Amino acid sequence: MSGGGMRAGRGRGPMGGMGAPAAKAQNFGPSAKRLLGMLRPDALWIAVVVLFGVISVALSVVGPKLLGEATNVVVAGFISKDMPSGVTKAQVIAQIQASGNGQVADMLRGMDFTPGQGIDVGRLGWLIAVVLTVYIVSALFMWLQGRILNIVVQRAMHRIRMLVEDKLHRLPLSYYDRSQRGELLSRVTNDVDNIGQTLQQSMSQVVISLLTVLGVLIMMFSISPLLAVIALVTIPLTIVITVLVARRSQKLFVAQWAATGVLNARVEETFSGHAIVKVYGHQRDVETAFRDENDTVYRASFGAQFVSGIIMPAMMWVGNLVYVAIAVAGGLQIANGSISIGGVQAFIQYSRQFTQPLGQLGSMANLLQSGVASAERVFELLDEAEESPDADPALSVPADASELAFEDVAFRYLPDTPLIGDLSLAATPGSTVAIVGPTGAGKTTLVNLIMRFYDVDSGRILLDGVDTRQMTRADLRARTGMVLQDTWLFSGTIRENIAYGRPEASEEEIMDAATAAYVDRFVHALPDGYDTLLDDEATNLSAGERQLVTIARAFLADPRILILDEATSSVDTRTELLIQRAMSRLRTDRTSFVIAHRLSTIRDADLILVMESGSIVEQGTHDELLAAQGAYWRLYNAQFEAPVLDSGAPPVPAMAGGVPAAADAVGEREVPDAAEGVN
Amino acid sequence: MLGRLLVRYLRPGWPLILGVLVFQIAQSLASLWLPTLQADIIDDGVLKGDIDFIWRTGGIMLVISLGQIVCAVVAVYFGSRLAMGMGRDVRNDLFHRVVSFSQREVGQYGAPSLITRNTNDVQQVQMLVQMSATLMVSAPILAIGGVIFAIRQDVGLSWLMGVSVPVLLVIVSLIVVRMVPAFRAMQRRIDRVNQIMREQLTGIRVVRAFVREREERARFEKGSADVMESGVRAGNLMAIMFPAVMVVLNVSGAAVIWFGAFQVQAGDAQIGTLFAFLTYMMQILMGVMMATFMFVMIPRAAVCATRIGEVLDTEPSVTAPDTAAEVPAPVGRVVFDHVDFAYPGADDAVLHDISFTVEPGTTTAIIGSTGSGKTTLVGLIARLFDVTGGQVTVDGVDVRAYDPDELWRRTGLVQQRAFLFSGTIASNLRYGDEQATDEQLWEALEIAQATEFVEAMPEQLGAPIAQGGTNVSGGQRQRLSIARALVHRPEVYIFDDSFSALDLRTDAALRHALAERIPDATRVIVAQRVSTIQHADQILVLDHGRIVGRGTHDELVATNETYREIVDSQLSAKEAA
Repeated sequence: MSGGGMRAGRGRGPMGGMGAPAAKAQNFGPSAKRLLGMLRPDALWIAVVVLFGVISVALSVVGPKLLGEATNVVVAGFISKDMPSGVTKAQVIAQIQASGNGQVADMLRGMDFTPGQGIDVGRLGWLIAVVLTVYIVSALFMWLQGRILNIVVQRAMHRIRMLVEDKLHRLPLSYYDRSQRGELLSRVTNDVDNIGQTLQQSMSQVVISLLTVLGVLIMMFSISPLLAVIALVTIPLTIVITVLVARRSQKLFVAQWAATGVLNARVEETFSGHAIVKVYGHQRDVETAFRDENDTVYRASFGAQFVSGIIMPAMMWVGNLVYVAIAVAGGLQIANGSISIGGVQAFIQYSRQFTQPLGQLGSMANLLQSGVASAERVFELLDEAEESPDADPALSVPADASELAFEDVAFRYLPDTPLIGDLSLAATPGSTVAIVGPTGAGKTTLVNLIMRFYDVDSGRILLDGVDTRQMTRADLRARTGMVLQDTWLFSGTIRENIAYGRPEASEEEIMDAATAAYVDRFVHALPDGYDTLLDDEATNLSAGERQLVTIARAFLADPRILILDEATSSVDTRTELLIQRAMSRLRTDRTSFVIAHRLSTIRDADLILVMESGSIVEQGTHDELLAAQGAYWRLYNAQFEAPVLDSGAPPVPAMAGGVPAAADAVGEREVPDAAEGVN
Repeated sequence: MLGRLLVRYLRPGWPLILGVLVFQIAQSLASLWLPTLQADIIDDGVLKGDIDFIWRTGGIMLVISLGQIVCAVVAVYFGSRLAMGMGRDVRNDLFHRVVSFSQREVGQYGAPSLITRNTNDVQQVQMLVQMSATLMVSAPILAIGGVIFAIRQDVGLSWLMGVSVPVLLVIVSLIVVRMVPAFRAMQRRIDRVNQIMREQLTGIRVVRAFVREREERARFEKGSADVMESGVRAGNLMAIMFPAVMVVLNVSGAAVIWFGAFQVQAGDAQIGTLFAFLTYMMQILMGVMMATFMFVMIPRAAVCATRIGEVLDTEPSVTAPDTAAEVPAPVGRVVFDHVDFAYPGADDAVLHDISFTVEPGTTTAIIGSTGSGKTTLVGLIARLFDVTGGQVTVDGVDVRAYDPDELWRRTGLVQQRAFLFSGTIASNLRYGDEQATDEQLWEALEIAQATEFVEAMPEQLGAPIAQGGTNVSGGQRQRLSIARALVHRPEVYIFDDSFSALDLRTDAALRHALAERIPDATRVIVAQRVSTIQHADQILVLDHGRIVGRGTHDELVATNETYREIVDSQLSAKEAA
């Protein structure tokens, strides 16, 4: 018997569907089409898959009928073996009719037998052999199409992932700044994964299931339209049951998910803020609240599980009803000779082979919805506007170019929020420009403009007299080095991370850079030395040590222009000393723009830019600015104990959209989120 | 471990287990009876021309199938109660256990791991129990019962089962045993690719600044190709499963017909028998397959059970004393007397022979490099950890002898990474004192230099705070947690590097306000910035868990080299003077 029963696969569907309510796609049709379009490069293989699928299903659908024929041979043999040979079928039937057993006579009339012959072993053997061949070939084709389809899907997923990756490198930085990190991350990871799962699970099942249902229907009608209609009754019944139960269970699932969300939030909060909970004596409160929320979860989840757990028994019951109906109706039909026993047997097989794909298709609906919804979100990303292309033909500058100038530069992130207007400054080669001021979008903006992460609205930035917009971005950035406050290192070895500055560098050059940045000292204390793998949470290095590695990286890159951010809170004082020295070394012979926090740096700078509310309010040397008794003077005084009444800058409002997320301006320093280990 | 966990939590629910078993057995029996009745229809009804018999038997079959679904539903009821109830109980016990932990245990596991254990891991085990109660009971019953019924029908063909069942078992087991690690490997590679993606997103500026787009793309491409490769491998196994099972099922069916034919020829079997046997064969094979799948779930749930058991078996290292000591009126004197602290099994102690006194109303500052033990030190005051040598006393009484509630009344902790709870500003502040009035809240906010931004919010005290306090900036979080401590009004304030997110101006203003408004309070401050601690009554310089310097700022500058180095790096010579 083929077809009946469980589908091999991760049991989704009626078996304990604990999934969250599926997200709905907004434009199912177009998005689904576009998603399928991702498979187009392998269109030929898809055609092969469909062909193989058709062959496999066609064969598997023919099987039961053949088996039924074999059964008929056996039945005929059974009937005829006790009959005298030499008599014809008609005579036997007439005899039985005459003896008053009209019913049996009717049945016999519909059978094909030769009295006295017994089982026609030859014919039986032939039929069995054909059946075996059919089934084995069908399985073979099924297997092949499964393998091919799998490869096709995996390749499509690879393509999608690469499309996303390429897109990420072409998106302007403004997109990253205005997107929520978590949301973007979810899009490129969770959503992409979800598409993969959906394609993997649904593609093969949908095609096969549809074909099977079709084929089986045809076969059923060919055997007996009456029985086929009885079997078809299952469809509406199945749908009705599923819908009824699904509606009730959906409500309960939503309640379960809500309650679980509340509970999980409680767990997260309590465990994350464990010390605070205890130290403020809220242990008991928290446990009582938890117990209540836990009970709610229990009630909701019990209800959801129970109701949804009814689906399977209910489906089984429908299946059994049909089984009974067919057994009875089939029996009656055999009795009056309109159908053979083998036919009924085949029919029972078919009815099992019929209901199962239906159930599968039903549980697929949720999966498809969720998968297409994810695809939609990914497509949204792929459709985003990209960065403006590089100038072509591009200009360039000599390798040691290091004179940077701003000429009447104006820039604002949002049209109605003024930022930088009419800024001109000149940094002579090798000089240090210190940028000071309270936390706000201003200082990072200069970095953004120099690196051409954003382009100026008007005016020019000149490198050795050449407008940086006329250069390729890669060229410009190859000449500038960055050491930022938030230390980005990737999950590779320390050596690899330093080499990020210049991949072609020799081992010796890497070591030189490491020594210059004081990295060498602490690396030797590590068991794996330079081969130490930095992990995601970066727990094996302290924040200060990570900073030193980024400085080493910058040393290796050996840029002519340097951008440094000195903010290093949460770094222990010893390492801070080293960082300071390393940064100071790094600055020698390079034109540096330093977002300065240390008085020593500021005081020794060749030029100080004082920023407030995003604009540059003063320029000059330390002595000049002190004498001017302006914004710089005010800032300088704040280093002392006596708090100065805040007559300075008004707080910078948090800008919505298009602006790097900034901390509240007043009373703040930017604190990197990556925490140091326990003190 | 899984077994132990199940026994412990399922035993009280034994009536439910009984219910599940009884009704599952009944349900399976009903299922197994139907093919026999169908065989009767053929043999005694159809072939004998007895129409009435057909109808009668059909009626019986209907009744039985009705009974079956009733039993099945009842079994689901009991099973769900059992599984969900167990989940509830395990969660409760886990939560209680973790809340009673000290910081050492929490640090040992890490908050994220504990959260996972209390949520996802319990979920897995719960799901296993649910699946078992429904499928894992009925599958073996179907299989075994099927064998019995089949033998009852026709002993002569029974040997066929002896062949096909093991064959199926072997094939499915082989595939499943390979499939689980294959999927796990695929998941690991997907995690890797996602990690690369995450890194690229976080460091997009650096990637572009160093012009490493091409390398990043290559790195990602390799990761994605790896996913593709493992996905193909896992998928191949999936692709084999269904066809292989189908072949076994169908070949078995054909074999039944073939061999059964000879039995019929010899008069040893009836036609109906053949039918029934066929159906039983299928049921048995189905049962075997379902059972195999279920067994896949066990390893995963076992891993989760182990993780849960680990936590449940961990005893908290800081427990309340059996009888709390009598304590004098709160004054705020803290004394460390030859205190040592080491993590169990560690070679090096974190703190060595720490002795110092903090007089009431004074400020003691602690400064030192990473790993010097500062947070642990101040954590000992509030019994976040317990000493392994020496003692810590508050107001003359060892902290371990205190009734914990009383100890925590007297101490207020402000952490470096400020943590706020979801709710409102007012609810967070009231965490320090449920009875605080609004005026008291505003007063605390004022001292903490937080009035300005709270007033700027439309809802002011009622302004919503998201979980962890992520909707306010780092500096605002710190000021709110300082305000919370102020509302609590302890005698001893512990500031563990809580001013780091504030700029110098605000830092100074805050310390002034503290000095002015709570002059009698004892303050223990851990800090990185010299300017924060410059005017403390006593400064302790910590290095590798030992006090290497003690005194006022001026004294230390004159005598202590470590301190001098630190000062030099932060202030210019003029300011330090």
